[in-house]
Amino acid sequence: MGIGLSHYIILSAILFGLGIFAIITRKNAVLVLMGVELVLNSANINFIAFSKFNNLKIDGHIAAIFVIMLAAIEVAVALAIVLNIYQNYKHINVDEIDNLKD
Amino acid sequence: MITEIVFWFFAILTIGSACVVVFSRNMIYAVFSLLFTFFGVAGIYVLLNADFLAVTQIMIYIGGILVLLIFGIMITSNITGVDIKSGQTGKIQIFFAGIFSLIVIVGLIFIALTTKWYSAVPSAEVYSTIELIGKSLLTNYLLAFESASVLLLIAIIGAALIARRK
Repeated sequence: MGIGLSHYIILSAILFGLGIFAIITRKNAVLVLMGVELVLNSANINFIAFSKFNNLKIDGHIAAIFVIMLAAIEVAVALAIVLNIYQNYKHINVDEIDNLKD
Repeated sequence: MITEIVFWFFAILTIGSACVVVFSRNMIYAVFSLLFTFFGVAGIYVLLNADFLAVTQIMIYIGGILVLLIFGIMITSNITGVDIKSGQTGKIQIFFAGIFSLIVIVGLIFIALTTKWYSAVPSAEVYSTIELIGKSLLTNYLLAFESASVLLLIAIIGAALIARRK
């Protein structure tokens, strides 16, 4: 049996669930960011799969390009915040960062 | 036939290394298996006739984002290798999180299998998508493209401002 649209959607669903699990359970802020990357990648797979199975309309590719660009922005800003947190707390455990002001 | 073999290879590579990313206790293992996840997703893009996006994925994700993440892990872990504080949450929280993400996965798969998708596969003639993407970015999506570049500039300035040592 050939590879159809549902194969790609199921693949991206599994990737999405794994990313959600990483976001919920990880304590290290960088590992939470990696979970977010998994979720964004699964969204991209969906965009491109629907683009191909809609006669290769290019709009899905454009959306995926913007998602990749936003992922780059998000990682840059989030790592800046993480470095700032590390300077203040000497760790990046997201469960223990609960001060609004010291 | 060869398409199916390649699809299953990349799918298993992606899911397996994503499992290592999610479940590994060692942060270095997790971040390096993220590389294989991104690479597998790039292979999936190639299968979906998205050549430009596969190259973009490798250049931006592996060349930029992954290097930034490794940089962040290296600079913020007190002890080389395994960080004591990278331990996971308690057993009950992991249990409920696992139940929740399983529900999400099963629900999405159920929706994907029960919906009748409109499916029109393009003709067998394979052409490059770069020309289409370029034309589309500079005509229909010109405003979004330009504002995205402004957003990128603002974000870089903001990141440098936040990360600056006081």
